[in-house]
Amino acid sequence: MSSDVMAIQSADAARRSWTEVLHEWVTTVDHKRLGVLYILFALFFLVIGGIEATIIRIQLMRPHNDFVSPQVFNRMFTMHGTTMIFFVAMPILFGFANYLVPLMIGARDMAFPRLNAFSFWLSAFGAFLLYFSLLGGSGLYGAGNAPDVGWWAYAPLTSRAFSPGHSSDYWTIALLASGFGSIGTAINIIATIISMRCPGMKLSRMPLLAWLNLVMSGMVLLAITPLSAAQLMLLVDRYLGGHFFDTQAGGSASLWMHFFWIFGHPEVYILILPCFAFMSEIIPVFSRKPIFGYPVMVGASVCIGFVSMSVWAHHMFTVGMNSYANSFFTITTLAVGVPTGIKIFNWIGTIWGGKIDFKVPMLFSIGFLIQFLIAGLTGVMLGSAAFASQLSLSYFVVAHFHYVIVGGILFALFGAFYYWYPKITGRMLNESLGKLHFWLFVIGFHLTFDLMHIPGLLGMPRRIYTYEPGRGWETLNLLVTIGTFVQGIATLVFVANLVISYFKGAKAGNDPWDAWTLEWSVSSPPPAYNFASIPVVASRRPLWDLKHPEDPDSRYE
Amino acid sequence: MSAITTPFSETSSAWTLPYRGKVGMACLIIAESAIFTIFVVAYLFYAGKSLTGPTPREVLETPIFFTVCLLSSSLTIHFASKLLERGKRGAFLGLWFLTIVLGGLFLVGTGQEWHRLIYEKGLTISTNLFGTTYYSLVGLHAFHVTAGLIMLSIVLFFGLAGRVGPEESARVDVLSLYWHFVDAVWVVVFTVVYVLGR
Repeated sequence: MSSDVMAIQSADAARRSWTEVLHEWVTTVDHKRLGVLYILFALFFLVIGGIEATIIRIQLMRPHNDFVSPQVFNRMFTMHGTTMIFFVAMPILFGFANYLVPLMIGARDMAFPRLNAFSFWLSAFGAFLLYFSLLGGSGLYGAGNAPDVGWWAYAPLTSRAFSPGHSSDYWTIALLASGFGSIGTAINIIATIISMRCPGMKLSRMPLLAWLNLVMSGMVLLAITPLSAAQLMLLVDRYLGGHFFDTQAGGSASLWMHFFWIFGHPEVYILILPCFAFMSEIIPVFSRKPIFGYPVMVGASVCIGFVSMSVWAHHMFTVGMNSYANSFFTITTLAVGVPTGIKIFNWIGTIWGGKIDFKVPMLFSIGFLIQFLIAGLTGVMLGSAAFASQLSLSYFVVAHFHYVIVGGILFALFGAFYYWYPKITGRMLNESLGKLHFWLFVIGFHLTFDLMHIPGLLGMPRRIYTYEPGRGWETLNLLVTIGTFVQGIATLVFVANLVISYFKGAKAGNDPWDAWTLEWSVSSPPPAYNFASIPVVASRRPLWDLKHPEDPDSRYE
Repeated sequence: MSAITTPFSETSSAWTLPYRGKVGMACLIIAESAIFTIFVVAYLFYAGKSLTGPTPREVLETPIFFTVCLLSSSLTIHFASKLLERGKRGAFLGLWFLTIVLGGLFLVGTGQEWHRLIYEKGLTISTNLFGTTYYSLVGLHAFHVTAGLIMLSIVLFFGLAGRVGPEESARVDVLSLYWHFVDAVWVVVFTVVYVLGR
């Protein structure tokens, strides 16, 4: 049935002109195509953001370097941060959620397909606005410009006096647009999971990927909106002469910090929860065991969702809060480590005693486990107010959060690419290139971000465009920059693998990994309607039940 | 691996899940509540911190009548959607129209108040912190009332064209959920601005 559908589609594709294909992709409301659009869009900006990071690292390669001016350096770290969070990490995770959630819960599409398309194009428009500032940042004067206020844009840097022209406004409106897009997608994911599950897919049988995306979307509703509200206030200040963040009229600069970090910290968990989701699907399949402690995993995810909403001010220990606030946010920050630790133990419990298959997705998962643990440990260090007072705004902090985002999120994402690429394209990614990519990236990653902790401990502040020789930072910074290039080469290997395998990769078939969730029951790539007939499930591993009718999971759950 | 085609039996009947429209609107309401919370927090945080006048105590008058209008529109929309469910289209349209009138009256009230504040009391959004937070919070709410009125009017036009029947009542309910939210927010804004903030 499904293979017939695919044959008809590909015969059609040969006859259509490229304008028709383009029109079809631009006007699509299909969750799979939108998922692919999200992912391609994010990969494009991953390259842009990576180039910005490389420029930053070349500038810091040696003392008194003049590769770029201080002004350009400020623009680079602002654009790098904003791009990577809002136009790489968010859309790529939404892309996977879009593609996988309906397939995994046995639905034919998202709950609101047109809202889905609207949300994607809103995010894309946001990215366009942010980069249009390179041309239009100074308005009609014609001089190019870009936001240079840092990705958290603390007041009063964003006031008219310190940020003339329109570059900050492009930043503001870009984030508003992409924020509304994110809220639309989050609403869509929640409605899909609540209302579109196939018969038998009780909440207690849902794949963990769906559960974690449900929690993530709930957090988007509560955490992205404060950012949107703060951006509206900033626009009122800049265009209508308001005083929200204007200290000369009694306004408060630290109120912006609170509003930003009420968004900013949950955002980290919004990004990491879908990565936990990838791990919870990949690790069991390559350990040949069902996930260890499913109910505890769900509970820990929901717990992370709640606790992480109350930790934001650990970004503000040096701002001058009173000791009660410092203690409160230290305690909540350390507390959020508990459910996260539970998850790590459960993944280890899944691997323990399993028949481990070291394919590339599993390699990246193991990299994730180790690196995310280290990132969490430096997080616990920085979560303590006394320690943070020493190292706040140093390269130690930069190293910590890049350990989370690159060592954790990006590694999990690479794993997800190798795992689901066969489903999305119908072709396997090349295993040797994948291993090369993995090892190069591991070496580059550790060279860059392990060593980056040390200049921080030695007192190197973040966001400086250059530094004096003779402080013991030179060799370390050189090595960090070399690591960046190794990571860049590894990423090129990955991109080459994506392209080559699309044309020359081995045919994947429906179920190349002998996996257990519903997306592997349909053809690769799945037909437009996903399921010819809506499936009925009786356990957490419907495909196991199907392949092993003599010993189905449903007997034990 | 082995090809697995159409492995699952056909849908059984006893499987019902919540209506997606209602779930989606509930999510939107949660998101909007977070936005309003931030504006309310800013209002309360800056209450009494303006460096110059005028202060809320000097210039604000409590809009009792218009508040009653908005809150009673929640009742009319509730009964309107109940009537639609029972298939009484005419009565539905009547109450629906009344809802729009009441919501419109509320906006007129906001307009009058702003006109008085701007032209008689000299309070604009850039005058002081009170002006900034007051116009932002009340304006954000008025924006939501306006958006609601536009959507209500669209339903009214479709209703007048005879296109809204009992089969649409679930979707009309979703809209009325939004309208209840707008009213509930006004209860909070009213308390914060006209009771606590003075």
